[in-house]
Amino acid sequence: MLKIEDNRAWFLILPVFLLVAFNAVIPLMTVVNYSLQDIFGPGQRAFIGVEWFRETLRDPAIHAAFLRQILFSGLVLAIEIPLGVAIALTLPRGGWKASAAIVLVAIPLLIPFNVVGMIWQVYARPEIGFLGQVVNALGIPFNYTGDPLSAWVTILMMDAWHWTPLVILLAYAGLCSIPEPYYQAARIDGASRWAVFRYIELPKLNGVLTIAFLLRFMDSFMIYTEPYVVTGGGPGSSTTFLSIRLVNMAVGQFDLGPAAAFSLVYFLVILLFSYVFYTILQRAGRA
Amino acid sequence: MTIADAALAAPTEGRARPASRSRALGRLVPALGLGLFLTFQMLPIYWITRMSFMTPRTIMSRSDFLPVAPTLDNYRVILGDPTWYMSYVNSLTYVLINMAISLAVSLPAAYAFSRYRFLGDKHVFFWLFTNRMAPAAVFLLPFFQLYSAVGLFDTPWAVALAHTLFVVPLAVWILEGFMSGVPREIDETAYIDGYSMPRFFLTVFLPLIRSGIGVTAFFCFMFSWIELLLARTLTSVDARPIVVTMTRTASASGLDWGLLAAAGVLTILPGVAVIWFVRNYIAKGFALGRV
Amino acid sequence: MAEITVSNLRHSYDGDLSDPARLALKGIDHVWRDGGAYALLGPSGCGKSSMLNIISGLVRPTAGRVLFDGRDVTELGPEQRNIAQVFQFPVLYDTMTVEQNLAFPLRNRRVDPGRITRRVREVAEMLDLGPMLGRRAAGLGAAEKQKISLGRGLVREDVAAILFDEPLTVIDPQVKFDLRRKLRLVHETLGLTLVYVTHDQSEALTFADQVVVMSEGEVVQVGTPEELYERPGHTFVGHFIGSPGMNFLPCALEGGRIVFDGGSLPAPRGLAARPGGALVLGIRPHGLGPATDEAEAVPARLIDVEDRGAFRIAEIAIGGNRLRMRVGERDWLPADGLRVAFRPEATLLYANDRLLEDAHA
Repeated sequence: MLKIEDNRAWFLILPVFLLVAFNAVIPLMTVVNYSLQDIFGPGQRAFIGVEWFRETLRDPAIHAAFLRQILFSGLVLAIEIPLGVAIALTLPRGGWKASAAIVLVAIPLLIPFNVVGMIWQVYARPEIGFLGQVVNALGIPFNYTGDPLSAWVTILMMDAWHWTPLVILLAYAGLCSIPEPYYQAARIDGASRWAVFRYIELPKLNGVLTIAFLLRFMDSFMIYTEPYVVTGGGPGSSTTFLSIRLVNMAVGQFDLGPAAAFSLVYFLVILLFSYVFYTILQRAGRA
Repeated sequence: MTIADAALAAPTEGRARPASRSRALGRLVPALGLGLFLTFQMLPIYWITRMSFMTPRTIMSRSDFLPVAPTLDNYRVILGDPTWYMSYVNSLTYVLINMAISLAVSLPAAYAFSRYRFLGDKHVFFWLFTNRMAPAAVFLLPFFQLYSAVGLFDTPWAVALAHTLFVVPLAVWILEGFMSGVPREIDETAYIDGYSMPRFFLTVFLPLIRSGIGVTAFFCFMFSWIELLLARTLTSVDARPIVVTMTRTASASGLDWGLLAAAGVLTILPGVAVIWFVRNYIAKGFALGRV
Repeated sequence: MAEITVSNLRHSYDGDLSDPARLALKGIDHVWRDGGAYALLGPSGCGKSSMLNIISGLVRPTAGRVLFDGRDVTELGPEQRNIAQVFQFPVLYDTMTVEQNLAFPLRNRRVDPGRITRRVREVAEMLDLGPMLGRRAAGLGAAEKQKISLGRGLVREDVAAILFDEPLTVIDPQVKFDLRRKLRLVHETLGLTLVYVTHDQSEALTFADQVVVMSEGEVVQVGTPEELYERPGHTFVGHFIGSPGMNFLPCALEGGRIVFDGGSLPAPRGLAARPGGALVLGIRPHGLGPATDEAEAVPARLIDVEDRGAFRIAEIAIGGNRLRMRVGERDWLPADGLRVAFRPEATLLYANDRLLEDAHA
């Protein structure tokens, strides 16, 4: 759409601008401030430059959490995006069946993080949870409090359970917006089901999938509450992701300086990744 | 060049194939896949619902598929105790305030982005979205200080305003997509007909993007309702939301799984109501705007 | 290339044929002659798109049969019928180049790659798409996109018919003319059966040899553009075709004269003694004129005159009837004592909305 050049449009975005600036800029300045100082107590602080940053970047615990985080987000994306698209393709289009399916699919999205954690904490337990029992009954040892692999499987299943519906809803909405003649033309052209998906549906989904991908990346990279409730970061530190580490530093140990420096690095990493993904996905959409 | 003499007869094209069997299979496989997925989705919810009708003792000792010695006691406790049921009210209050604020500021902004080019438009849009990329954990302490300083600590307003930080970018972006789907001729016709911008916006434009507003409200509700970290940091007693009440109970009196399960089931219900309202808007399909 | 026959076609979108009033198609028999250029004309909702989709196989009719050269294809899907269909909005595979778009139907049918290349070249040349074969289809203009949609149908060597569903809706007016001529040219070169759905009468009349007019699920008239204009077979055709449409006056036959409110005219001789049903007199605006020295003329009152450039349309009243009359730019219209003459060969009689044959007044 051709847009009109008019700087008065700034009046329209002023409310958003002020609101977000209030919420983001002031706290961000606080964080920057902390990250450059050593705080001993109320009113006692010293400027120490980039010392906290240096410490953060060298901390092996943070390195480990970072690698864990990358592995986790990678798996989340690899599972949830294809699964979400596949399920969206199976949903009925229109009618009461579509409404019912949408409602059922979306329910996990609207369950608070800690309730999700609580549900899976019980559901996956070997003694009292349905999942834990069934898996153990199949002869596969499964115990997320003792075994890192079980813990990872539990958390990945939980995340797929909670967030695949987001991908499904976005992909489904995208599919519903494809006009019927595209499917009709494909039938006339003798296209197979796969060709319809590859040459009609997938290109039309590029936009919604880019957003689904970015949202899932950001949120999985910042995940805190759900794994914290289920495993508390364990066993050992096998599920200590970046946010869990950060909250431990800031709230648990009250290391405000290092935590603030860590925060900024964390934020920049997400920004950088998002930008790279965005660029790649856009290019893939055009090719 | 003519196509007429390209009548080199093409006999192989379009062979009839046994359509009925592959078509039946083509319908069965998706239905089966969807059924499996829905089972995967529903089982954990069933499990917590089952627990909500049981006592802590039966929960810890029995793993039957059906509830053992079902009772409504857990729900009775929650609905009879103001610290419990007022937490639901507190949660809903800040979620609704958040929804109202987010829509109120996002609608004009999305309109600006979808209709005008202006100084720094792309940068502002990007900057808005970067706020979606800041881990909530980063902001815990600064937010606590900020909202204490302005006197909003432990009120629904603090949580509602804090949540706008990651809700508003998404809202602006979804709304912009829907608005870009409305041809600008409609705006121009209305202005020529003598509508002022606010009047046009409220009486003509908003009804046109109804489903967009529905979808946006859904996402506002969702991200605010499920959040725990900021809600916990910015409240203490008066405005304590249900998600926090649940964690406090857990640490105070050992784990009463039955009570927690019932509280958890009750957090699911408002969400079901919300998704019920917007189900048709989502089924109508949206392509979404700039990516 | 094929002759397409539809026989006793009835269609209902919920599969229920019990209520004839709700049918999208109410029992249609028609033969589309091999190599003919047909327009399927009618207002929206008349069933013309349903008819087109039934011919292409996208929609299976609830009852009735579709024959291609005598072969029953009713049960076959569109991919087995070898038809080309162009939709209202251009349908393209956005991620492909123009060449890949054109090759797509052949690749799906596993045609030998060498032959695909050759066919794509031929079709591209015919549609003037040659220079842009390597370009991405998504970036082209609407007219080019419609040509690509058409080309995807034409690359198959045994195309039975080309079907158009209002293909010029999104095309700019100045390009419309060129594209329409191109479509005609393709039709003439290949001699394919062509069915062109539209609700725009000027498009139908300039494009087709034969126009099939539909209304409320029925074919009301088939004929050349001239026939439709000069002798509408149904009052609906008279209304729908021509701008302004035909004038209609309720009338009766009394003592060898057609009598209507405000006047009478001599009845045609060959008329059946007593045609049943409601009788209506129909006359095109150009069949009326200010009387000069005609013996039979009817007094009328002038209400308004509207200038249409090369001619004027006068709104007149004869008794309680309102009529439109086409008059030349310089014809003089008296404000008082206007008398209007009915050209006999343009004066038609309709009983129950159907034209009474050989009923010239």
